[in-house]
Amino acid sequence: MAMVAFVGKKVGGIGVAFRRGCQCRKIQSFSLPELPYEYSALEPVISGEIMSLHHQKHHQAYVTNYNKALEQLEEASAKRNAEAIVSLQSAIKFNGGGHINHSIFWKNLTPVKEGGGEPPKGALAKAIDTQFGSLNAVIEKMNAGGAALQGSGWVWLGLNKDLKSLMVETTQNQDPLLTKGLLPLLGIDVWEHAYYLQYKNVRPDYLKNIWKVMNWKYAEEIFEKEVNP
Amino acid sequence: MALLQHSLLLQHRPLHTNIFRTKTKTRGAMLRSRMAPLTVALFGLKEPPYKLDALEPFMSRRTLEFHWGKHHRGYVDNLNKQIEGNELEGFTLEELIKVTYNNGNPMPAFNNAAQVWNHDLFWECMEPEGGGDCTGMIQEFIERDFGSYNNFVEEFKQAATTQFGSGWVWLVVKDSKLAVEKSTNALNPLIWGHIPLLTIDVWEHGYYIDYQNRRADYVSAFMDNLVSWDAVNARFGRAQAFANLREPIIPEL
Repeated sequence: MAMVAFVGKKVGGIGVAFRRGCQCRKIQSFSLPELPYEYSALEPVISGEIMSLHHQKHHQAYVTNYNKALEQLEEASAKRNAEAIVSLQSAIKFNGGGHINHSIFWKNLTPVKEGGGEPPKGALAKAIDTQFGSLNAVIEKMNAGGAALQGSGWVWLGLNKDLKSLMVETTQNQDPLLTKGLLPLLGIDVWEHAYYLQYKNVRPDYLKNIWKVMNWKYAEEIFEKEVNP
Repeated sequence: MALLQHSLLLQHRPLHTNIFRTKTKTRGAMLRSRMAPLTVALFGLKEPPYKLDALEPFMSRRTLEFHWGKHHRGYVDNLNKQIEGNELEGFTLEELIKVTYNNGNPMPAFNNAAQVWNHDLFWECMEPEGGGDCTGMIQEFIERDFGSYNNFVEEFKQAATTQFGSGWVWLVVKDSKLAVEKSTNALNPLIWGHIPLLTIDVWEHGYYIDYQNRRADYVSAFMDNLVSWDAVNARFGRAQAFANLREPIIPEL
């Protein structure tokens, strides 16, 4: 049984820290969220080795560097250093985006015995059929987008909140989907670290298989909350 | 023939300070030469100048088998599919990169063309039992432009670990000086008119089997154990034919 090692609280925990000079301040400090299942729970689709590296190394690094960048941003803001503030933006977007995206990703996946791979029902299923024709059509579209993405990024099923319409979109690097104005329902990490140890260069195989552990229930919940508030 | 009107032909204007430019021809000569039947070859997969296990333990045979045997081979095969039988056939690889970059609005073939070139340089830049302090002609210029070899290594490593996502890090000749640059995905300094001398692939597929997430360790291993300064010096020698790296030495008469 794989050990689920994690650091502290759920995402969004607010820590209280004492600065030098004993001024009590609320500093926003993000932490690595727990995985809702064991590292090996998604096998054979995604190996325990990949899950453990992905969570404990990659996601943790995004969290650590995000906190560091936010700290530096606070200092720069306090000193009113305009250049420093602007130059920190790319690190914030990259690491913050990495944290946001991966936090969603862990919830997008679930072991088969907990419903992973079961097709969507309800309002989301109807919307998919109406807007894409069938579940297979939207899966094809996402796989095509994911396979064609150059370099590193994500492929998403997103919701345009104003039009209440579903869209398949990709983002580069760790840009969160909100940069494209959409609410993320499902995301697939197509950075090589997400699949390389198991699938090597054959990204299409990873994309084909990941649907077997997709947590459509999560997407249904988000969709219904938006569409029927 | 639609070919004659193709905008590609109109772009064969002389380019300034472009060491890889094609021979400039009059438009008439270009069109006449395009009308004649051309013998063209497709691109081939260049072998690294060493056996696939020669770089162990710093880069494993397994990595080479996938990185060269699947990724690099894939770029070559896909590039050939994209250029066969159309107006992109018949260019040298460097010409093709320039043409498909299309001044910042890249055509689909750009990615494959650039990645083929990048990987060719990458294998060439490494050797078994390489790495460590620089030697030869370039040493003087590394010290002139970076202060010391160690400063250069620091800057190179810094660039490699701050390249977000996929990309490459380069030692180039730029504006008559040596410099460290980084680029995203398939981009390379040829399109900026710089002369690449050394490169490291920081796409995750380049190091994931051997180092997993530890990109910094991979770059250190590369610098300390794999860089072929002979190869870098050879490129540097050629670069000196096209770029002034120091004040000209004018003999007393």
